[in-house]
Amino acid sequence: MKLLLKIWRQDGPKEKGQMVDYNVDGIEGDMSFLEMMDILNSQLIEKGEEPINFDHDCREGICGSCSMFINGEAHGPGRNVTTCQLHMRSFKDGETIFIEPWRAKAFPVIKDLMVDRSAFDRIIQAGGYVSVNTSGNTQDANSIPIPKEDADLAFDAATCIGCGACVATCKNASAMLFTSAKVAQLSLLPQGQVEGKERVINMVNQMDLEGFGNCTNTGACEVECPKGISLDNIARMNREFLSATAKGKK
Amino acid sequence: MVLDSKTPEGPLKDKWTRHKNEIDLVNPANKRNIDVIVVGTGLAGASASASLAELGYNVKTFCFQDSPRRAHSIAAQGGINAAKNYQGDGDSTYRLFYDTVKGGDYRSRESNVYRLAEVSANIIDQCVAQGVPFARDYGGLLDNRSFGGVLVSRTFYAKGQTGQQLLLGAYSALSRQIAKGKVEMHNRHEMLDLVKVDGKARGIIARNLVTGEIQRHSAHAVVIASGGYGNVFFLSTNAMGSNVTAAWKAHKKGAHMANPCFTQIHPTCIPVSGGFQSKLTLMSESLRNDGRIWVPAKLADAKAIQAGTLQGRDIPEEDRDYYLERRYPAFGNLVPRDVASRAAKERCDEGFGVNKTGEAVYLDFKSAIARYGKEDAFVHGNKTPSAEEIQTLGKAVVASKYGNLFQMYEKITDENPYEMPMKIYPAVHYTMGGLWVDYNLMTDIPGCYAAGEANFSDHGANRLGASALMQGLADGYFVLPYTIGDYLSHEIRTGEIANDSPEFMQAEKEVKDKIDGFINAKGEKPVDHFHMRLGKIMWEKCGMARNAEDLQKAIDEIKALRIEFYANVRVPGLVNGVNQELEKAGRVADLMELGELMCKDALQRTESCGGHFREESVEIDGEQKGEAKRDDENFTFVSAWQWKGESGNQELVKEPLEFKDIAVKQRSYK
Ligand SMILES: Cc1cc2nc3c(=O)[nH]c(=O)nc-3n(C[C@H](O)[C@H](O)[C@H](O)COP(=O)(O)OP(=O)(O)OC[C@H]3O[C@@H](n4cnc5c(N)ncnc54)[C@H](O)[C@@H]3O)c2cc1C
Ligand code: SF4
Ligand code: FES
Repeated sequence: MKLLLKIWRQDGPKEKGQMVDYNVDGIEGDMSFLEMMDILNSQLIEKGEEPINFDHDCREGICGSCSMFINGEAHGPGRNVTTCQLHMRSFKDGETIFIEPWRAKAFPVIKDLMVDRSAFDRIIQAGGYVSVNTSGNTQDANSIPIPKEDADLAFDAATCIGCGACVATCKNASAMLFTSAKVAQLSLLPQGQVEGKERVINMVNQMDLEGFGNCTNTGACEVECPKGISLDNIARMNREFLSATAKGKK
Repeated sequence: MVLDSKTPEGPLKDKWTRHKNEIDLVNPANKRNIDVIVVGTGLAGASASASLAELGYNVKTFCFQDSPRRAHSIAAQGGINAAKNYQGDGDSTYRLFYDTVKGGDYRSRESNVYRLAEVSANIIDQCVAQGVPFARDYGGLLDNRSFGGVLVSRTFYAKGQTGQQLLLGAYSALSRQIAKGKVEMHNRHEMLDLVKVDGKARGIIARNLVTGEIQRHSAHAVVIASGGYGNVFFLSTNAMGSNVTAAWKAHKKGAHMANPCFTQIHPTCIPVSGGFQSKLTLMSESLRNDGRIWVPAKLADAKAIQAGTLQGRDIPEEDRDYYLERRYPAFGNLVPRDVASRAAKERCDEGFGVNKTGEAVYLDFKSAIARYGKEDAFVHGNKTPSAEEIQTLGKAVVASKYGNLFQMYEKITDENPYEMPMKIYPAVHYTMGGLWVDYNLMTDIPGCYAAGEANFSDHGANRLGASALMQGLADGYFVLPYTIGDYLSHEIRTGEIANDSPEFMQAEKEVKDKIDGFINAKGEKPVDHFHMRLGKIMWEKCGMARNAEDLQKAIDEIKALRIEFYANVRVPGLVNGVNQELEKAGRVADLMELGELMCKDALQRTESCGGHFREESVEIDGEQKGEAKRDDENFTFVSAWQWKGESGNQELVKEPLEFKDIAVKQRSYK
């Protein structure tokens, strides 16, 4: 396969970026999208040019590092896949592919396709945990049975990989899907309920502080989320938030 | 030189309790004046950072990813072991200890393994308290599954994402301490050297991967939790960034590297599909609970499959060779990983492989689908289900257990594993070797600790499935926070460690010179070119089967490759700022030196044990004919290598292993 790639290049957060054209040849359907990028980068290096910088690590859809906006879609075409799980068989010979970084005020570009997502870490630091010490003086794990249904729902919410595709996709760059996934996971479990009210208030406040936009319920995030995190989590977080603020605990 | 394991006296089952009681404590006011550096935020590093901070130490934590949550532990799939005996199937601390020592082919330290088994149950309690959503049964209690090499169900899991859930638990505990200001977190930073002052580990040199700045960080102790080095093989199931640099720098500063050649080759990975491939994907071992492994019994069928004229699913039952069930009736498809991997290689070497390259075997769910389908129909009152109903119901059950793994397989291979048997082949997965540590998890550099996959401690020559997660969390939550006090209690009067002493300045200069060397080497080839060649040497000559002649060749080839690398590598871009090629260059330089040591270690160990299979050492006859042959008389020791100024010149130090509470037997899974 021969492809024309139009890739965003930007030297640093303050620098101006632009789309640059690259041609690649000999691409096979069984290659992953990132392996295609590796091939391009090897060619650039052999020519003495700087390779394209992008985040990646596990290359199996679980670490949440990879983050490319491909042909106008977060993680490219296909549902329930991350960029690293995308295979070139999803593209046609001769196609032009547009590759851009996540774009959101709260995710400044570091270089090329690499963005700074540390805002997500700070949202978790604001309350995305159970305040239990790690010293080992806990009760037996089976002393609190949890209905399978709740445990499964909590698990589904907990599978968020923190990639930021939801933010990149949302026209308001809202982080509601990400934040609600953590709030919902912990609110579904008895362990998380004790601090539930403070948690939701603190995490939502942090989200606003970081400069993420408001949620206007377009549902675009759910469609592009590689882990299929459900909008139900947002509804659950809204309920938690309302009941927390109604009780005047601020 | 003698390595002192500092194993406490007394009966095995009392050692840990006794040791904990005897360890000097540091009073809370003094802890505030003590700094600890932790390199790594995987299960080991994140849990250690959180626990040390909670105890009151000032912790500085480093990872090269953009967030601690992305450490490679996130990718672990299948589960975590713990001797809870919730299933009432006869599990106990002793049995977990026994299985681990036996699984490791009697090449691990008894006392460490026993402690691991002892604290294992606590890990599950801890994780549940943190809100880790483990799988549960309909009664709301925790569910278990079995893993290879054992006869009980002691593996806790969260679908195929156990590592993710455990890591996010540890990450949340870490985040809590970051929010409290007790952990100073440095994302996108890479440790490039260990700094020793007066013989003690006193800090690290790190590079800020965004600005390129080289920084000096001082502390009273340094914990290395930087994960495994499977990427020395280029293709492995490890993440692209996994590397040996942090551990290797400690080695070059004097820490012994132990059992470097003990590598785990995992039997169930998606086979290599092309020369462009950058990594391999694991299919969780849990699949072997229900999947049956086979190749055609007739060579002609295998040839037809390789040529693409026959499909595996069309081969009748009687023409299939379920070779694990045939060779190991007691454990069947659940033999340990090293045994399963070698058996697959043996069949493929004989020509029975089932893909184009002849390097694949089937993992088939046909029987499981039929069995589950019938059971499910029965439970729902359908005593005479049609074949179609059985298929539909059975597939649904299989999907509920392994759905995400099947989906992952289909995404990569474009084949539907519910219809066609999966194709799998062994791939490099885990490294049992690592920094030598004593009972306190301290390397032989005072104040330098190693935890998680980065140390050599608990798995001997072969790790059992679901035991790495257990070890990482045991080290970080329950062992290190205690044992480090033993050392730090002598540091309360030291005061802050200066980071501008001559030792720091010298280390910083060396790091800068090395970086400049890469940028100025105006060669022609990208780093990957050399990495791939290194990987090929390692896989062919120091992989699933090893022999003296090839190992010696590999050593020579790697030496030559190193020279070529420094002369002909090209690292474009600048020193100041993001430079991913520069990061890779440093890592591959260290992997090459490591590769050489691995071959040297493998050459020295002329026995076969666990994942280390020497073709010269097999059983000649009897029931075990053709199986790996251990040599207890000459090799019941840990090989620990000491750096001697030059790659490949390391000197061997032996830590003898003693087994007092377990009878050393031939490992039989027949
Ligand atoms: C695909 C896969 C599946 C697995 N499944 C299972 C399973 O089901 N059960 C099981 O028990 N085990 C499993 N394992 C093994 C297990 O996941 C690992 O052994 C374990 O997670 C390692 O944890 P760790 O904390 O030691 O290191 P890692 O999680 O690898 O973390 C290493 C950390 O060190 C940091 N680091 C490394 N070098 C540097 C440096 N120079 N400077 C700064 N930071 C650095 C990294 O940023 C990272 O934070 C699996 C492994 C793989 C690859
Ligand atoms: S909610 Fe989905 S899209 Fe958003 S960060 Fe999590 S996994 Fe990524
Ligand atoms: S590289 Fe880890 S999710 Fe894509």
